[in-house]
Amino acid sequence: MLDFSILTNNIDTYLEGFLNTLKVSLLALILSFILGVIIAVMRISPMKVLQLAGTAFVEFIRNIPLILILFIFYYGLPSLGMELSGFQAGTIALSIYTAAFIAEAIRAGILSVDKGQMEAGRSSGLTYIQTMRYIILPQAIKIVIPPLGNQFINLVKNSSILGVVAGLDLMYFGDSISSATYVVFDVYIFVALFYLILTIPLSLFVGYLERRLAVTG
Amino acid sequence: MKTKKNWLIALILVLIISMLSACGSAEKTGGKESKDTLSVIKKRGKLVVGVKYDTNLFGYKDPSSGKVEGFDIDIAKALAKKIFGDEKKLELKEVTSKTRVQMLKNGDIDAIIATMTITPDRKKEVNFSDVYFKAGQSLLVKKGSKIKGIDDIKKGTKVLAVKGSTSVQNIKDKAPDAQVLEFENYAEAFTALKAGKGEALTTDNSILYGMADQDSNYTLVGEPFTDEPYGIALKKGDNKFTKYVNTFIKEIQDNGDYDKIKSKWIKEQ
Repeated sequence: MLDFSILTNNIDTYLEGFLNTLKVSLLALILSFILGVIIAVMRISPMKVLQLAGTAFVEFIRNIPLILILFIFYYGLPSLGMELSGFQAGTIALSIYTAAFIAEAIRAGILSVDKGQMEAGRSSGLTYIQTMRYIILPQAIKIVIPPLGNQFINLVKNSSILGVVAGLDLMYFGDSISSATYVVFDVYIFVALFYLILTIPLSLFVGYLERRLAVTG
Repeated sequence: MKTKKNWLIALILVLIISMLSACGSAEKTGGKESKDTLSVIKKRGKLVVGVKYDTNLFGYKDPSSGKVEGFDIDIAKALAKKIFGDEKKLELKEVTSKTRVQMLKNGDIDAIIATMTITPDRKKEVNFSDVYFKAGQSLLVKKGSKIKGIDDIKKGTKVLAVKGSTSVQNIKDKAPDAQVLEFENYAEAFTALKAGKGEALTTDNSILYGMADQDSNYTLVGEPFTDEPYGIALKKGDNKFTKYVNTFIKEIQDNGDYDKIKSKWIKEQ
């Protein structure tokens, strides 16, 4: 049913897109995780200013479309003298967007750890940071893994947004192959399969982590 | 209890969707079997034409008035007038270079009048009318640019183009060293040029004239380096309607309507 000659004839193009999607996903995964942790920590910190800044970031980013953030970075920044390629703008936009959701997931996880744990840690002489590091975070991580995994899977899928700013990802080359061959359905089915190569293992890995942590806990 | 209810709702949704898609495919096969677009149009009582909404001078939706206007639109109106004697019996649907062939094949539109170049490859997918406009691919650059023509496109020069258009293949052939970046539509490609994402924008001169008309900081350079004859695309195999449209093109060229439409939109420099 599927015309596999489309895949074999354009395999180089598909692979280039696949590698770029993999690259942007990995980069954005790392960046968004770091940024997300920082924002989450800000939101639950005892300092009011940090709390406010963290909340403002999350509410602002979470409530506008991803494509808008991308266009701001891609089309907007050059007017301020900053030149970004589609790939760079895409990576930044994806990282920022995903960070807002990750921050929320982490914050929810930390808050779900019983309040008494923090009090017990502090009264046994640990500092705030130490209590976080040794008592709260190890418990929170189990709660956080499933929603975090979902965010990472979403991130891979959302990376398809690069296609609209010539970001050279899978979706971009999918469009390109489709317009060169005049085949629509088959071309995009193969694109879908390439996305699945990335997302299915990720999904399985998150499931594995979930089970493993549940046992040791 | 609650999960049971959810399952029921899901099941009903699936049923509705499959019924809807069944309707859709039935209509399509009907269209395909008869292959006679003209009688379908007459039965429906209006002509449905796929046009661009983002191409100044050819098919452009004015954001303030909401009206779609341009050279291609006027040709579509004239065609509706020939079929029904009334240019209002026309429905315009937005297409892009990427979607138009599929929409025609699906039967969503009766004809494509959307700056579409006649090519041998495309002829395998659709029927083309005779040429209704002769265009050629050219380059748009910022005034004062070092690029004065196709020969100035060197290795690493970023050239912007639109997905699904012949101009992508042409520029890759004529300037193989260029790095081509493809965008969704002309508006985005032009915005990218203005944002400095590339040194030149390439597509048919007819479209570039429209952009230069919008922003006088940009100008066309060099001679057109291709022949881009525009045709009206019709359903593959529908020779009756193709003949009808060819007669129509000849008629408006002979009676002067064509020249009126052309000079209204294209001011040759």
